[in-house]
Parts: sequence; structure tokens; C-alpha cells
Amino acid sequence: MNASPGAMSAAKRQIDGTEPFDGELAMRGYALNAMCFSFNQGENREAFARDEEGYMAKFGLSEQQKQAVRERDVLAMLDAGGNVYYLAKLAGIFGLNVQDLGALQTGVSLDEFKAALLAQGETQRRSAA
Amino acid sequence: MNKVVGGIFTSHVPGIGGAIAKGLQQDPYWKPFFDGFLPIHDWLAREKPDVAVVFYNDHGLNFFLDKMPTFAIGAASEYRHEDEGWGIAFNKPYPGIPELSWHIIETVVANEFDPVTCQAMLVDHAVAVPYELCWPDAPEFTTKLVPIAINTVQHPLPSPKRCLELGRTVGHALASWQGPEKIVVMGTGGLSHQLEGKRAGFLNKEFDHFCMDNIGPNPEALLKYDSLDIVELAGSQGVEILNWLAARGAMQGKVVELEANYHVPISNTAAATMLFENREKVAA
Repeated sequence: MNASPGAMSAAKRQIDGTEPFDGELAMRGYALNAMCFSFNQGENREAFARDEEGYMAKFGLSEQQKQAVRERDVLAMLDAGGNVYYLAKLAGIFGLNVQDLGALQTGVSLDEFKAALLAQGETQRRSAA
Repeated sequence: MNKVVGGIFTSHVPGIGGAIAKGLQQDPYWKPFFDGFLPIHDWLAREKPDVAVVFYNDHGLNFFLDKMPTFAIGAASEYRHEDEGWGIAFNKPYPGIPELSWHIIETVVANEFDPVTCQAMLVDHAVAVPYELCWPDAPEFTTKLVPIAINTVQHPLPSPKRCLELGRTVGHALASWQGPEKIVVMGTGGLSHQLEGKRAGFLNKEFDHFCMDNIGPNPEALLKYDSLDIVELAGSQGVEILNWLAARGAMQGKVVELEANYHVPISNTAAATMLFENREKVAA
């Protein structure tokens, strides 16, 4: 078992279609994630819905982050350092759940995304009783 | 004398909370998952544990990235769930048992762990959903909670080995606890799933079965992987199996699987529920 290289190391672990949320991304995404964390409170969700630009400015989002939010572009939000657990709170304001996000990120329809999961459907029970 | 009577391991998908709120337990999509809890209800009614020590991860309710503890142990007299951004707040409080929390903290620090200690702590769906699943009809929750949060959000994550060792040390603390309480340990989250990126929707049933087959009899089998290996194998959020490893570590002596339920899919997740009995102990 090799030690995993840290965020600031030259050689990051490469995982297909996956970018582990590490220190580098946590720094890059701080403002965006801080805004999303505020959406735990309903009044903040309402404030964002009333004035998206003003709300994003209040949290100091970068232009890249703002543009990703304006375009509802989840992959761009991730690239701008967004963490999916926080982005899920933003998605909720847009009426999107994690399955909608999955479809958006993989470029398929929601029905196709759900069907792909159902195609792997399996139920296994075992009981000592 | 060890008071741990067993372990409950379960997925904690937020959508399960939504299904509970809408009463969808008999809905064909949800029923195969919820049915996995029927034998657990019987077991809980029989064993009546006084305390649940719950290993879980916070998804951005209590902890933000400004301060992200690798391990955090609750030591509050009461815990609450709150709205996590989508309008569902479970309103029954979770009573704490701070004297046991501090006994655990004393023990793990004496054994060279360095947890954050929390006298005020919100618990998110990773605690709330398992409580709702275990005690669906309780007018109020009476099983006292010790929440132990593990960082599975921001890398570097603790290693599987470290999580298993943390659990084992918590197990020593529970074994040396002088109170009369019967204790159940819980590990929540998993199994394979990934919410973000181009690999969103990724599942790995083969790895899930490997985890379910080994977590009881041979948890060391999981230690051949580091946390990034598990991200690759089980998905970014499948790494929540770290919570299972810690909870497994807290059970000493003989661990017997009573029930296992694996159901794909629940939302984007391969969902699993397992129940272990932990009655016979090896002599200390």
C-alpha cells in the first residue's frame, strides 16, 4: 500500500471521472461553498432567490464561480471548487435533487440516468433467523 | 463488562428521510429497503439498548470547511437535527449522555487520538435517518446518543486503519464504562455511490458485497485499501464505509451477523443494512 500523495504534491492520484475534494479544491471553492452552506437557513435561500447577483457578491464568489452558478453548470461549479454536499443545497433552490444533478453532469436525461441505476437493480436479503 | 449488545449498519441517503416524511415505506421503489429494518425493529424491541454510539459523517450541517475535524465526538446533553437546505427538519431531539461521551473522550485521548470535542452539536441526516429508521413509531427518542463524526468530505481523509483503530479504542472505552447502560453501535453511510462529476451514478456491487461479507468476520480485509483506493472502488461518497469500519471496531469479541439487506438503487446509492449481535465476549 503506497502513501497517498497530498493535495500539494506533484503527483495527485488520478481517478477516472472523479476529482477528490482536497485542500487545493477546498481553497479554490471556499467562497462558493460558504455561500451554499448559508442555504441551510431558509431565509438565506429566499434572499438568494430574490437577488442572485447581490447574494453571490456578498460571499465574494469569483467570476468563474458566478458564471457557473448563472449557467446552472454543475461541472463548472465543481471545477471552481464546489463540493457536491454544499452544491446540493444550492441545487435544492433550483428544485433539483442529486438525481437531477447526476443527469446534468453525465449529459443524459433524468429518465436515462434513473434507468441506468435501475438497470443495476438488485435486492439480496440474508437472515440468520 | 462490555455492554455492547450489537451493531447496526445502514445507508443514510437523505432521500430516505424524504420518503419517511411522505410515508412511502410501502411504495414499490422504497419497500425493499425499508423492509430490511423489520427484523431490526424486533431486535431493538427485544434488546432495548439505552445508548447508541453512532459513527457518521457530517455533510455540512454542523461543520463547514472553515473548521473540519478529522474526528469529532459529541458531549452534549441533547442533540438536534435542522434543515440542511431542502426544508426537512426532524423535530424530535436526541438525548445525550455526556458522562459517557467524556469517558470515551478520556479513553481515546489517553490512547493518542486527538478528537475535537463538541458540547454543542447539530447532527445531520447521517444520524437522523438511522434514528428514524430504527425507531419509526417512537413518540420521542429515548435511546441516548453519542455521535462520533469522521471526516469523509475533505481529503486527506483518515485511513481505513485509523478509523478501525478509533473504533477499537471506543470499544475499549465502552468495555470499561461502569454504567448499567446497554449499548448499540452504529455505522452509517455507503455503500457504493458517487454524486459528483462525470462518474456520477457510479456503483460497484462487487466491492459492496466484499465489504458486507467481510465487515463482520474480517474487517481487516478492508485495510488493504487506503481511502483514495476506496474512493476509486466505491465512489466519492462510498468512502463512508469508513464509518462502518469504525463502528465494527467498537464491537469486541464474537460478532454474529443476524440480518443483511442489500438493495440497489436508492436514489444514486447501493443501499445496505446489516445487523450484528455482539453478545459473547472474549475474556479481557
